[in-house]
Amino acid sequence: MAAIIELDSISKHYGPVVGVNHVDLAVEDGEFLTLLGPSGCGKSTLLRMVGGFEVPSAGTIRIAGVDVTAAPPQQRDVNMMFQDYALFPHMTVGKNITYGLERKGIKGTAARDKAEAALELVGLSGMFERHTHQLSGGQRQRVALARAVVREPKVILLDEPLSALDAKLREQMQVELKHMHEKLGITFLMVTHDQTEALVMSDRVVVMEAGEIAQDGTPEDLYERPATPYVANFIGTTNFLSARVVARGAGLVTLEAGNQELKATDVATSDGQAIGQIGIRPEKMQILKDTECRPVNVLPGTVVETIYQGLALRTVVRLSSGEEMLVDEILRQGMLHSDHPRAGDPVVLGVEPHNILLFGAER
Amino acid sequence: MTLRALDRIGMGFFLGLPILWIVLFMLVPYGVLLTYSFWIKSYPLFEPAFQFGNYLTLLNEPQYLSVIGRTLKIAVIVSVTALVLAYPFAYFLVFRLKNVTIRKVLFFGVIAPLWVSYLLRAYLWKTILGTQGVLNSTLMGLGIISEPLDIFLYSQAAMVITLTYIFIPFMVMPIYAALEKIPRNLDEASADLGQSSWTTFWRVTVPLSLPGVVAGFTLTFCLCFGDFVAAFLVGGPDGLMVANVITSQFGAALNWPLGSALAVVMLVVVLAIISLSDRFEQRTKVQF
Ligand SMILES: Nc1ncnc2c1ncn2[C@@H]1O[C@H](COP(=O)(O)OP(=O)(O)OP(=O)(O)O)[C@@H](O)[C@H]1O
Ligand SMILES: [Mg+2]
Repeated sequence: MAAIIELDSISKHYGPVVGVNHVDLAVEDGEFLTLLGPSGCGKSTLLRMVGGFEVPSAGTIRIAGVDVTAAPPQQRDVNMMFQDYALFPHMTVGKNITYGLERKGIKGTAARDKAEAALELVGLSGMFERHTHQLSGGQRQRVALARAVVREPKVILLDEPLSALDAKLREQMQVELKHMHEKLGITFLMVTHDQTEALVMSDRVVVMEAGEIAQDGTPEDLYERPATPYVANFIGTTNFLSARVVARGAGLVTLEAGNQELKATDVATSDGQAIGQIGIRPEKMQILKDTECRPVNVLPGTVVETIYQGLALRTVVRLSSGEEMLVDEILRQGMLHSDHPRAGDPVVLGVEPHNILLFGAER
Repeated sequence: MTLRALDRIGMGFFLGLPILWIVLFMLVPYGVLLTYSFWIKSYPLFEPAFQFGNYLTLLNEPQYLSVIGRTLKIAVIVSVTALVLAYPFAYFLVFRLKNVTIRKVLFFGVIAPLWVSYLLRAYLWKTILGTQGVLNSTLMGLGIISEPLDIFLYSQAAMVITLTYIFIPFMVMPIYAALEKIPRNLDEASADLGQSSWTTFWRVTVPLSLPGVVAGFTLTFCLCFGDFVAAFLVGGPDGLMVANVITSQFGAALNWPLGSALAVVMLVVVLAIISLSDRFEQRTKVQF
């Protein structure tokens, strides 16, 4: 696959503020790539530079092999879906869509036909004459998408496209947008701070931290093999323990963490540093029952509290070393909340070596 | 007495006083004016009557129609001039000026004269345009003219300049407010859809700021239409406005009935324009 967007060492400074710092990124043709990161990490800035709304302080942007670093938005074959949709409030739905066809020389009935087709694609057939203020949030969002799609750009840029929708609709639109992407075959470049959204929708996720790329990989890569504690913490929940290497060999590394000896599958830390801490996902641990055969690693502790979450039960366990660990267990059929250990009960946590994530020392 | 009753009395005062005020000092005078407009002037004073003679006089004697026409013309010219100056200014402030402090200072610069007495501001132009005024001295200093010219002062042009200066804040304010309400990313969306900034200006910015334009135009027009100070200070013999004629009818000419009829006509014109603009504003209004 060829790269449709190439960012070469892109930086953006606002005076002393560093928005984006030396980002290298290639977006493959046809993929759904998401920039994920907390507020202020520079993801919108990066997207806006691709759209042509900001000029990079340094670096080069190529779209379909052409250098567009200094080109205005009008000259880029990409279209943006804005966070609050930016529909023109004085135009009908139809006008909003045909407005973007004018400069392509498509006018009159041809424009109308294309707009109707785009509306049908987003599930809004027959809304051509509607006024934008008569639409619900979800419908506006679809119009915004139709407005971008109708121009048949090489890439559609989406800045937090679902953040204005309520939780239920958001979930529905996540799937719908993904299907839309598959149907259209156009590259989608999305920005979000919502990790679930990123995992659900994307082929590839780029996690950003303070203007730089922290990790770049498939959703599964990021979740199962987070490169840094930052990524592990941002995507999903992780229990961290500082750790010290005691011994190494036979593919296992023996660590001392939380007053316990733990064995972990020996892999190099992604940041290349010596092991300084470990991470364990709450759902990759279990509270052992007496009858169960013991896993390789056990961590004794005391239950602090249990939090009922409907789908799962989260247990907060304090280890003898004082650290608190979260353990999540899916409440399957027959498992009752009331059978579970209560606050004050002593428990033993079990974890397998391959479920221990190895990281460098805390910074 | 229950608390409720007390409440009601309090509410009565709260609403009653302003209503009483409006009735006493606005509606009653209008009623008086309307009544007078049907009376007959009979030397040395006036007689109560109900007849339309005064209105017929206004229609039949060309001097009155021409003064109404001139007032309308000046009000239109001033409003258009103010619009042409105020719109680009407000647009520049809101859309092009990145620095918020400078924007506020410039906006305040336009609004600040409102704190200065209206008469003083009108007088200011007399000192600029007058025979001994700043303009003449400058032109003479530059050697462009050898003798002071008096064509600047006492002309309709002088009135237009003065009135534009005086009323332009009323044009800037609503336009500024309307422009500020336009979401910033609509410009970006338009550029994203391939449209030039010129097209964006005319197809997006202007339509969305129309309510402000209409409000500013109406305010400026109505204020201008009722003005008599500019004509009094810088207007020439061909610069009388309706309000000046009304003043003289109530003063030297001592023809209150005719003055009242003229005032009623003026009121009707202003009300018509306000209701027209209201209707237009309803139509141009958009929900963001
Ligand atoms: N116009 C600007 N002037 C000054 N600083 C800016 C400007 N735009 C962005 N920044 C700064 O650049 C950094 C990155 O901003 P950006 O908007 O890209 O963040 P983001 O990741 O999109 O965050 P959010 O999730 O809150 O939208 C922030 O520190 C921000 O304060
Ligand atoms: Mg953002």
